[in-house]
Amino acid sequence: MRKIDKSFPGVRALQGVDFTLCEGEIHALMGENGAGKSTLIKVLTGVYGKDGGTISLKDQGEVTIHSPQDAQNLGISTVYQEITLCPNLTVAENMYIGRTKGTIQHWKKMVQDADKILQNLDIPAKASQQLASCSIAVQQMVAIARAVDMDCKVLILDEPTSSLDEQEVEKLFGLMRDLKARGVGIIFVTHFLDQVYEVCDKITVLRDGTLVGEYEIKDLPRVQLVAKMLGKEMDDLSDIKSEQNTYQGDDADTKVFEAENLQSNAGIKPFDFYIKKGEVNGFTGLLGSGRSESVRAIFGADRVLQGTVKKNGKVVKIAKPLDAMKNGIAYLPEDRKVDGIIGDLSVRENIILALQVLTGFFRPFSKSQANKFADEYIKKLSIKTASADTPIKSLSGGNQQKVILARWLLTHPEYLILDEPTRGIDVGTKVDIQKLVLELASEGTSVTFISSETDEMLRTCSRLIVMRDRKMVGELSGDDLTQSKIMSTIAGGESES
Amino acid sequence: MSKDSAKGGFWKRLVSHQMFIPLVALILLAVINLVHDPSFFKITLGTNNAGFPVLSGSLITILDYGSELAILAIGMTLVTAASGGQDISVGATIAIAGSAMLRVLCGGDSRPDALAAPIIVGFIVACLAGMACGAFNGMLVAYFKIQPMIATLILFTAGRSIAAWINNNELPIVPDPKFGYFGSFIPGIPIPTTVFIAAACIIVIALVLRFTNLGLYTQAVGINESSSRLNGINPNFIKFITFVILGLCVAVAALIKVSRLSTINYSVIAKDIEMDAILAVALGGNSLAGGKFNMWASILGAYIIQFLTTTLYKFNVSSDALAAYKAVVVIILVVVSAPVFRDAISKLTKRKAKTQKEVG
Repeated sequence: MRKIDKSFPGVRALQGVDFTLCEGEIHALMGENGAGKSTLIKVLTGVYGKDGGTISLKDQGEVTIHSPQDAQNLGISTVYQEITLCPNLTVAENMYIGRTKGTIQHWKKMVQDADKILQNLDIPAKASQQLASCSIAVQQMVAIARAVDMDCKVLILDEPTSSLDEQEVEKLFGLMRDLKARGVGIIFVTHFLDQVYEVCDKITVLRDGTLVGEYEIKDLPRVQLVAKMLGKEMDDLSDIKSEQNTYQGDDADTKVFEAENLQSNAGIKPFDFYIKKGEVNGFTGLLGSGRSESVRAIFGADRVLQGTVKKNGKVVKIAKPLDAMKNGIAYLPEDRKVDGIIGDLSVRENIILALQVLTGFFRPFSKSQANKFADEYIKKLSIKTASADTPIKSLSGGNQQKVILARWLLTHPEYLILDEPTRGIDVGTKVDIQKLVLELASEGTSVTFISSETDEMLRTCSRLIVMRDRKMVGELSGDDLTQSKIMSTIAGGESES
Repeated sequence: MSKDSAKGGFWKRLVSHQMFIPLVALILLAVINLVHDPSFFKITLGTNNAGFPVLSGSLITILDYGSELAILAIGMTLVTAASGGQDISVGATIAIAGSAMLRVLCGGDSRPDALAAPIIVGFIVACLAGMACGAFNGMLVAYFKIQPMIATLILFTAGRSIAAWINNNELPIVPDPKFGYFGSFIPGIPIPTTVFIAAACIIVIALVLRFTNLGLYTQAVGINESSSRLNGINPNFIKFITFVILGLCVAVAALIKVSRLSTINYSVIAKDIEMDAILAVALGGNSLAGGKFNMWASILGAYIIQFLTTTLYKFNVSSDALAAYKAVVVIILVVVSAPVFRDAISKLTKRKAKTQKEVG
């Protein structure tokens, strides 16, 4: 791709970006949110038309790609961050949908073929299984299997790992290396630096719609990569905890919230839990180990079956989210799109929503009051939006997350639960959020911070609760807070994970 | 057109505003009438049979007969926004509410000499009946998670029979002429009473939207139910309550409908009005899939439908053929306001503006 230009109303999303992908190479495309990664990919796959520049393929020379169908025909396949398959169809149907020629479908052959491919790629799914019954990771792999089966020469993976746990990521990487050996060129978009260094050969960095450069992986140490993505030298990523001011009040030892024998209908075992004033703790464990379910139980997001929650030693009844909110608990949900944003509503309405609900049905904020709240937090969290009237769905992921964060900060919670607040957002915003957490804690807010990235949790949390198989299996604090200790606790003391 | 769009944001903002297409439709209808017969806009002050002054003219007719639709559009907009579906039982529930009102006013006697109960009591009973129907629909939709159209299909099918059963299939006639005032004129006031009733409903909903969070909650629930719940809103209750509000609107519409005749015809009263009410919401540019809404656009949509009906009558379209003509106009309006079409148009104007710039 040469000198690609793309403009949107008001923004030049790409300015003269060059990108080269060789056969049998895994090429990381890096950049912050809004740097133009997704736009570049969408131009390459024909979702957007380009305003200038050329795209050439090895055999065909210069090509024009007007639609995703064109791209597919040229052997360019994409697996997006969000699963774009049909969950109510079977695995085999998903793999072959939109690719059959003619009107007659050999169902039996289709299922057999699909099974063969799945076996070949070592994907734990049956062709006749309904897609929705597979885990997210397997669904992702099915999407890749679909792409692979279409004889693709270029495979684009847009944040494929953001909803996978480590083992699944490993499996995916195995699949990627396998494809690479077969000569497929892979473009890999991710926010996880570790993964880039584990699997990629080359890195192309974009910033603000322009090309920063293309590098061999061995020539670009991690710190420099981050510096290039942000456009400035970054030293605070290394350790922000050292500069943290922990909460020093006299009541630092009081348990603000305590849960006893709490269980919800989301399939977790009953658990006990407490958090002290100004403490940052975290739940860790593999995906599906019950991290989210635990905090959802505390917030009343799932139906509570048994157990009690105490606030400052007194039992409070939390049957639904509103009860939790009234008791000063705020919950930033794991799935921003499904549980967080109200897509069509404006940034302003999204920010004031929680406080508005707390204030009451018959006491809506005046327009000027709402604007004041919105403007305050847009500034405070440096949310990038055209105006407070912009629908939240047109913001980038990181900025959407900041809006949701603003929504809860506005309620001035005593206890803030952040479930994967940094998923799918850029490094700069990640660090911002981590800093904010520590700042809030030093002011006396108790925070529970959940993240799939252990190093993030190590940087922020002073106590970690380890979950395995929907059960609390351990608690780590002080000197025990190390990567290896976490790993071994998650694995249950067994040597291999 | 392209000249204006090159000039700047005003024209573009105007065109993309939700009220733009309904307003253009209204103006277009007005212009057609002006060309065809300028007397369309004439309003004359005459006297009616009883010798009282009344205003008459096509515009008055539109305001008069558009009232029920405008009132129903209010409730339908809220139901659509919260549940992403429509209530198709409003015509049938108007029959139920109207029948209940007649039963109370006539006391079970089909030809009473005097009112069996004050009119206000009859109206309150109609409100309760309407809200009960709304609550039934709302319960099925909110708590049993049945698709709105299927849930309301029950009362759509059964409603008129229930209405007939309430009065033992008789057609009672209200003896008190005062009851007729709601659907016509109050002696001495030349403006149709329905206009005041509709205005009152519009003012009430404006106050409700201004002084409560009903608008924010219904939109939030309609856009993202799960997220609304995590923000402390009770999505089921919000859906339920929108159906109850629509039930109240139904009762008011029933009062007008029954008052116009001082009696009821179970199989004909408010026939097909649910479709017009849904259409009013759609004409206003509101998504029938729920979420964001503009109440004023829906109400305007209701009056446009009545404007269209009256216009077609003026063109001597027979009442049998009316629906077909109406359908044609509706197709045009709905297609024009569809996002796909609007995107295509805005792309076209943009290209025009661009070429103009390059030339100039």
